[in-house]
Order: sequence, then C-alpha cells, then structure tokens
Amino acid sequence: MPRLTSGRRHTVRFTLNGRPVSGEAEPRMLLTDFLRHVIGATGTHVGCEHGVCGACTVRIDGALARSCLTLAVQAEGADVRTVEGLAGADDTLSPLQEAFRQNFGLQCGFCTPGILMSLDALLQETPDASEEEIREHLSGHLCRCTGYGPIVRAAVAAARSLREGSHA
Amino acid sequence: MVQARDAEGFLGRSIPRFEDAALLTGRGRYIDDLGAPPGTLHAAIVRSPHAHAELVSIDADAARALPGVAAVLTGEEIGALTRSMVVGVKAPVECWPIARDRVRYVGEPVAMVVATDRYVAEDAADLVDVRYRTLPAVVDVRAAVEPDAPVLHDGLGGNVISERSFRYGDPEAAFSEAPHTIGIDVTYPRNACTPIETYGVVAEYDPGEGTYDVLANFQGPFSIHAVVARSLGVAGNKLRLHTPRDSGGSFGIKQGVFPYMILVAAAARATGRPVKWVEDRLEHLTASVSATNRATRIEAAVEDDGTITALSWDQIEDCGAHLRAPEPATLYRMHGNMTGAYAIRNVAIHNRVVLTNKTPTGLNRGFGGPQVYFALERLVFEIARTLKLDPLDVIRRNLVPSGAFPYKTATGALLDSGDYPAALEVAVADGGLTELIARRDAARAEGRIYGIGMAAVVEPSVSNMGYITTVLTAEERARAGPKNGAQAVATIGLDPLGGVSVKVASVPQGQGHRTVLAQIVADELGLDPAAIRVTADVDTARDAWSIASGNYSSRFAPAVAGATKLAVDRLKEKLKRVAASQLNVQPDDVTFKGGKLVAKANPENAISFSRVAAASHWAPATLADGVDHTIQETVFWTPDELVAPTADDEVNSSLCHGFIFDYCGVEIDRDTGEVRIDRYVTMHDCGRILHPAMVDGQVTGGFVQALGAALYEEYAYAEDGSFLSGTLADYLIPTTMEVPDPVILHFESPSPFTPLGAKGVGEGNCMSTPVCIANAVADALGISDVTLPLTPSKISEHLYAPEPEPKEQPKPVADEGGRKLRGEGEAVVAAPRQKIWDMLLDPETLKAVVPGAHSVEKVSDTLFRADVTLGVGPVKGRYRAEIELSDLDPPEAVTLSGGAEGGLGFGRGTGRVTLTERGPNETLVAYTYEAEIGGKVASVGGRLLDGAARVVIGQFFQALARQAGGGGSGGGVMSRLKSLIGGGK
Repeated sequence: MPRLTSGRRHTVRFTLNGRPVSGEAEPRMLLTDFLRHVIGATGTHVGCEHGVCGACTVRIDGALARSCLTLAVQAEGADVRTVEGLAGADDTLSPLQEAFRQNFGLQCGFCTPGILMSLDALLQETPDASEEEIREHLSGHLCRCTGYGPIVRAAVAAARSLREGSHA
Repeated sequence: MVQARDAEGFLGRSIPRFEDAALLTGRGRYIDDLGAPPGTLHAAIVRSPHAHAELVSIDADAARALPGVAAVLTGEEIGALTRSMVVGVKAPVECWPIARDRVRYVGEPVAMVVATDRYVAEDAADLVDVRYRTLPAVVDVRAAVEPDAPVLHDGLGGNVISERSFRYGDPEAAFSEAPHTIGIDVTYPRNACTPIETYGVVAEYDPGEGTYDVLANFQGPFSIHAVVARSLGVAGNKLRLHTPRDSGGSFGIKQGVFPYMILVAAAARATGRPVKWVEDRLEHLTASVSATNRATRIEAAVEDDGTITALSWDQIEDCGAHLRAPEPATLYRMHGNMTGAYAIRNVAIHNRVVLTNKTPTGLNRGFGGPQVYFALERLVFEIARTLKLDPLDVIRRNLVPSGAFPYKTATGALLDSGDYPAALEVAVADGGLTELIARRDAARAEGRIYGIGMAAVVEPSVSNMGYITTVLTAEERARAGPKNGAQAVATIGLDPLGGVSVKVASVPQGQGHRTVLAQIVADELGLDPAAIRVTADVDTARDAWSIASGNYSSRFAPAVAGATKLAVDRLKEKLKRVAASQLNVQPDDVTFKGGKLVAKANPENAISFSRVAAASHWAPATLADGVDHTIQETVFWTPDELVAPTADDEVNSSLCHGFIFDYCGVEIDRDTGEVRIDRYVTMHDCGRILHPAMVDGQVTGGFVQALGAALYEEYAYAEDGSFLSGTLADYLIPTTMEVPDPVILHFESPSPFTPLGAKGVGEGNCMSTPVCIANAVADALGISDVTLPLTPSKISEHLYAPEPEPKEQPKPVADEGGRKLRGEGEAVVAAPRQKIWDMLLDPETLKAVVPGAHSVEKVSDTLFRADVTLGVGPVKGRYRAEIELSDLDPPEAVTLSGGAEGGLGFGRGTGRVTLTERGPNETLVAYTYEAEIGGKVASVGGRLLDGAARVVIGQFFQALARQAGGGGSGGGVMSRLKSLIGGGK
C-alpha cells in the first residue's frame, strides 16, 4: 500500500471494464467522483452518498461495492466493472439489459446502472435465482419510478434467457 | 363505453422505449454527466441548523482565505444582485432564495461558497462562522394559527398568509335538513416523492449582453421562468433556461430547483465565471421542497341511506417558511374537485394557508389530491361505520351517475367523461372483492387482524393555469386580469433528406415521452417509429414554449401528445396536397403507408415519403398551389374548457378527470404492528390508453410512492423545528421487500376534450392509495383516528397500552423539543482523586483528553471555551463549545453545563461528574448527562446519536485515565467502563 498524503494528488491506476485507466486523485476523493469526473465514466450514478440507494453500485475485484463509500485510491490495482462494461462489443444489449428493455424495467434510468450491476453479479453466481432471491438481492436498491414489479419481472426474464442461452 | 385498442398501428401498443438503450448502457445524459465549461466554479451552500433564529453575524474571512475559494456570498451580496421572488398572494412578505436577516427553517441557505472544486467549496463552507440568536419556532400547523404562536414574518402580524371562504349551493340548508351530520378531523403528514437524482444547476452570466444562461434539471411549469427572470432583474428573453435530455426522476420535486437557479446565476454574475452546483442527499431531504401537510375538519350532511347532501371543509394548509411560487397552488389545484367522484351539490369551504418553521413546499406527485382524498374518503368510511352501512354502498349511492357526463361539479370542475358506477362494478367483479371479504372473514375467525379499505377518486390532469387565482377574491382577480388555459406546443419538422423530427416542451423524467410521440407520428405518416427523432428537453432561447410547458399535472398524454397529433395532422394535409399534384389525384385520395404517399384507389400510384418531404428544401417551386412550405409546423393548443374562475368562484381547475376505484386487504402483525398488504386492486379509467405498459408503469410507480406515504415516509420535525429525516436510512422509501404487485384494471372512456381522447394517469394512486390503506387499517383495528404514516410504533399504540416509562428517570433537561439524549456511566481511573479533579479543571489536560479538541481556553475559573471536531455517522464537523462549571464541590463533584454550535448543528446539555475515592490511587468517576441536539447532526444521525455519545464519552474517560498515569486498575479501564446509556427520544 503506497503511503498517501492528505491534500496531495496521487496517481490512481486500475482496470475499468477490462481496460487500464489512470488519473490523479487526492486520498479523500470518492471513487464515484473519480469514475465520473476524472475518468469520464458517467454511467455510475450518485443518489445519496451514504450507501443506501445503491445507484452507485459497481464491482471491485468481482465483489459488489458502493462506489460512493469507496475512495478512489482504494481501487488502486483493482479490476473495476461498471455499467459501461455490460453490453457486448458491438453495443448489443446483454440479455439482462435486453430484459429490462422488454419488460419496462426502467423509467428515468437513474437507479438502473446500480441495479444492473447487482443483478449481473447475482445471475452469474446464482443462475437459477428464484424471484424471492431476486427481490431480496434488490432490497439494497431504491427505485422511485417503477414500483419494482417491472424490475423483478425483467430480472426473472433475464435469468430465464441466460439459462436457456447457456443450454443452447 | 369501453373502447377497443387500435388494432393497427403503433399507438396503443407497448413497443419498447427508444430512451432505454442509452440509459441501460451508461450513456444517459443527466445534468451531472454533461460536463461544464472550462473555468467552471463549484458551489457549496452553508445552511441554517436552526428552525428560527436571527442572523447575528457571518464571518467568512477564513473561508475566503482558503486557496481555491473565489467567493463567499451571503444574503446581502445575493440580495444586491437579485430581487425577492414573486409571492402568489397579496401579503407584505418577501421570499428570498437565501436568508437575509433571519432563518426560518432548518437547511435555509445562509451563505454560498464558490471554489475551484466541490471538495474545496465544502472545506470552506465548514469555515464560515455564522452566529445566530435563536427564536421560538412553530412547527404544528394548528398551533401556527393560534394568537400566541411565534410569528415568522413580522409584516404579516400572524402566520396566516391567506384566508378565503367559499360557498356553493346551499350548504347551510342541507346541513339543517339532513338527519345526520358526520365529521372527522384529519392531518396529512409531510412527505415527498423524493427522486433518486437530486437538483443540479449550471449558470453563466454574460455582462456584455446582460444575459443569463441557466442549465437546470428543472421540470416546469415554465411559468417559473418568469419568476426567475424577475428575481434576476432581466427581461424574459435575457434568461436562457435549458434542461438536460435525461432527468433522474422528479414527481413534481424538481419544480423546486428554481430558487437555486437564482442563487447559482447570481453567483456566476458575482464571480464572472460559470458556476455549477449539485445538491447532496442531505440538502435534498432537508431543504429542497416538500408536499404540504394539512389539518382538515370535514363534515357531511347525510341521509339515512348514506346519501351525502352537503360537505363542509375547513382546511389549514402548511406551506412551510416561505410562500414560494406556485404555492398556495397545492390547496387550490383540487378546488373544482372538492366533491371527489360524488354528486354533491352543496359545499362550504374555509381555507387558510399558514407559514411554519419548515421547508417551503411545492409540487409533489398528486399535488393536493392526497390531502383532499385522505379527508374525503376517510369521511365516507366513517359515514358507513356510523350509519352501519357497507362502505361500498355509500360510495355507490353518491357516485356521479352514469350518463351525466360532461358533469359540472358544485365547485366548477367539468368532469369530461366516464362511467363511474360501471367502472366500479367491473373492479368489484374482476378484482375479486367477494373473495377478499371471505379472506377477511376467515382471518378474523382465526383471531388475525385483517381489514378491507376502499377509495373512489377523481384524478384531475392538465391544470388550468388560472386555478391558482381562486386564492384571490373576484375583485382582486378582476384587477389583476384573468388567467386561464394550458398552452401545449409541438413542432414537427422535415429535414432535407426527408427525416422527421418532433420537438416538444414536455421535459420528461423517465415517462417515455419520446417513444409515445414517435408512435403517434409514425402512425400518421406511415413510417417506422424508430425513424422519428423526438426531443423533449427545452431550451427557452430556441424552442417553442409557454408558461404551461413542462412535465406536471399529468399533462403529457392529454395535452402534449394531443398537440403533437394536431401538428402532424397539419403537416399531413400539406404533404397530401404536394403528393396529390404529383400523383394526379385529389389530396383526400392520398394516404400514408410504408414510407410512401399512396393513391387510395391505386396502390401502384405512389411516391416515396422522403421525396415529398424533401421537396420544400430542394424544389419549393414544385409545391402545389397554396402550399407555402412543409419544412416545419408548430402547433400551440389550449383547451377552450379551461376558462378563468368565475365571479362566483367556480373553477374548472383541470381539463381531464380520470376515475379510480381502489380496494385492498391488509393484515396487521399482532406482535410487530407491521401492516402487510395482502391484495391491492386499482381500477383506472384514464381515457384512451396510448401505451399500456407505460400506463401500468405510472400506476405501479405511483402506487409504491403512495405505499411509502401510507406506511413509512415522513419528513419528521422535532418540536423545536429540528429536521429528523435527513438520510435515506431515516426517510424510509419502500424497497422490493415491502412492495406487493397491485392488480391493475382498466376502463376506457376517451376524453372528448383532448385530441387523442387520452387523460393523465401519473398521479392517481398518490391520491387514492394512502387513504385506501388507511381505511383498511381503520377497518382492521376498529379505529377512527388514523394518522399516516402507519408505522409499527403507531399501530402498536392501538394494539397495546403505552409502554411504561423506564424506572430510573434522570431529571429532564429543559425541554425545547430537540432530539434528546440521556445517559450515565462510570469508570475507574488509577489515580488519586485530587489529581483527577485538578485535571478536569485544567485546559491543557482537557485539550489532551477531549476527543477532537483543537483548543481549550479557560475564560474564567468556571468558564471554558473549546473548539472541537466531532463525528456522528457520516457527519463530521467542527463545533464551538462553551462549558460552564457550577455546583462545585471540590474534589468530589461538579456540574458541567453548556452548549456547542457549528455548521452541522448544535447541542445543549448538562452533566454531573462525581469522584469517589476507592483507594489511595484509584478513583471512581461517575457521570450522568442529559443533552439535546439539533441541526444536521439530528437530521442524519438520529439513530446513531446514542451510540456516538457513548463512544465519545468513553474516549474522554479513556484518555483521562491515560493522562492520569496509565491504564485503570484491575482489568483495565475499558473493561471496567460501564455505560448505562438511557434511551433517547
């Protein structure tokens, strides 16, 4: 762990969605601000900055994390994944994203990136997740538009299409 | 009058949204994603920790000296660049976006720091030293009208800023003739549909032309543009207001960003640089905007069979500390609809608008509907209970009858269309009410607590821009000139390659406007919806707009989609004539199909759409006679029915009226007091449905917000005006775990007043659901006094006797209503008693042992001043503390009393420390304390305060023990630190 000095900028380097990124950050800079305003990856959103709403959820070395409660310097050397990394190389929506589109699982879309990251992790780890597990998994996210029903339906549909896709 | 959905075409089908691909891949363009011009400064706002106080002084020298700080602007400096915002009633009050000489609510802006980045701006905000002289606060709306209440605005002489009485029909006669007068008193709480994205503003000022450029995630109505321009002291055309493409939810709330547009614009002018401000969540919950809370007395004159012959309303509306535009609109939005879905011809209304030491109010989904229907539908339920009738029969008996539409209500609304009795019967049958009643009976037979509630509601949409003038007397209105209408606008244009663009001023926050308009235009022009390019954000410098532009009063489907239909129709007529001359047929014989204009009689006789569409650009001379151009059509549409209020105060407050009938079954957990929704049925008649999935999305979304209002959400204030729900861990928004899927039913009665027959649908459940759930809980518990939100603790009060007070009661501190803490504890320190005593009175020792102390100054033998940094949960801040010693009994006991104040809040309290000799080198230090805390720490740390206090006090004695000469005796200090912390409030 490099020694950090408060008030000084340090170079932070990590892998973002498979590509190396770097930028300067004071030790106190939040990972959300670093991603959004230093790197320019604005897909990760800031809703509360106290870890409740879940809009800023990303994956750091595979684990789900609230990037608003993470310092940029903590991501040094890590493998960071955000919503920008979910779609296919030719911009085709992933099965999860497509299920959200088909099931109207979003309205304003502000909470959506965090929800997609959480569900992407869940469906990788538990491809046969039940609706109950999906609901429980989503309980760490606040959505103010949809009333959740369409989100849950999208997640169930995504799980199904991922399972069918993997058998194909 | 159920109409089948269009069999052909895109409209009426749930096609996937064109908005979604960008939003799902992180390519949304919300305000904070747009970047800012080079050299942009960032603002942070210093806010009042007090609900009511005089501003004594603001010392910003230290803040201004911080490297990177460009300016610190106080009320005085902002005031020099702006004017008071317009107030919607005639009253001797001003309304500023920042405090001038007095603060009137927790979170009111006091100073604005502008710096090179947000982190530096917040550092500097912490250094602004504001001194206050606190004043008594008034929080309760009924208390605010009392003669001895603290007065917020001296010029007003009291807190009632508007009072009007209305009379329709002959209510006195109806009440005197009716066999029953049944009434209830209700209060509707404060809450907000708080969106996940907070406010954001970027502003620039061009001194050369004297123009402001403001980018804000504002939602409309654009009547507010006039308020902002006036406050900034510029002509309307010198304020460019534009919005980002995407906005992260609003539900009314982002109307309330406008005071910050003024602040940020003034800061840009003061600094000569672009300035950006993005609100944080604490600011948002504390001080953005709130729905009104309201106290209502409602009475009905009732026949034996439950027929209501008259209503009498007495409403006291709480608009918070300032009457901000467009308030008191919440109170008058429903004025035409004060009889709800019922045919009641006699109505008396007494309205008072009151100011209290709370956040100013503004638009919020449902806007006045939740408050009105909570009173009205609770009353209907009470009528049934009192007269031992079935609530469903009381509703049936009073509904506006079938075939009566358009129906003019007693207070002036023209209910456009519907068949309320038929829709209700469909809901009863298709939603399974009989089965639900059987479930209730079975549950009750098993001893479970189960209830059924209902609500019938008329959902108004497309507000009449003149309804707010009902707050004025007819004479005042005549002097001011009539206000009415609801201008909607749509522009459709053809580019040189024949591409179709549509531009509307609807400013969506996720409602899918772009998709629906593409469907409408594609159907009319025979094109693929994906080929239609729609923009819905607004730039007042370039787009067609008017005061009614924006996204509110559920006006999109009835008004904006309607205007778009009219615009495309106008373009179609011209294109037909252009094509007709080339196809050698009559214009009426031309139809649009598959990307072509086709002769109806001979499909082979056709010309491509793009060729006809491009003709105006490339070959205007070839256009048919009488066709000027086909490049762009802009249609403004305002419905004739939206006239100004009459001399008799009748007002058609909205153009469209949907009908909703809801019922639900709830079960209450006897052990926890938790309310669980067993089944929720919601029937909607919103006229013609343009996109079924989006309509259902609006219904479910509104339902869940209303479920939050019914069970969880409240902007809670302590008696001293401290705000207690400053985080999303305190303000409880429903999650997936609490939310059932409602059963949604539809009935379609197209509106005769809108171009597409559509009505609004966005707000209905916010009106119907809170009272439906409340009625179910009333039914379950057999109670008539129901106050939202129905939290487990409130339910438990009905289930059980109040909890006994704890036996060991410390003497209460002077109760000023803040968040109270009590505690006691003891520690054994390995040092002689005299040594401990001396240390406790020595500033150097105190500096070393007081957690977070920067300095401790001994002002006199009994007075200390300290400068400390303390953290509670996410809130860490610097405080000035003054501690006075009294009741000194050296070396045994001393009372410490005092207070601490900082940008993050304040605290006051007393503590008694006693020292008991346990041996030559061992002293028992015992303490009790009582404290109360307000400001930001109370808002965000409510749940954490007890624990934090325990930690800080523990750290103090640990450090004292260390300082006194090593650890404690025996098993070490910490192992023997016993803290018996009493319960907080």
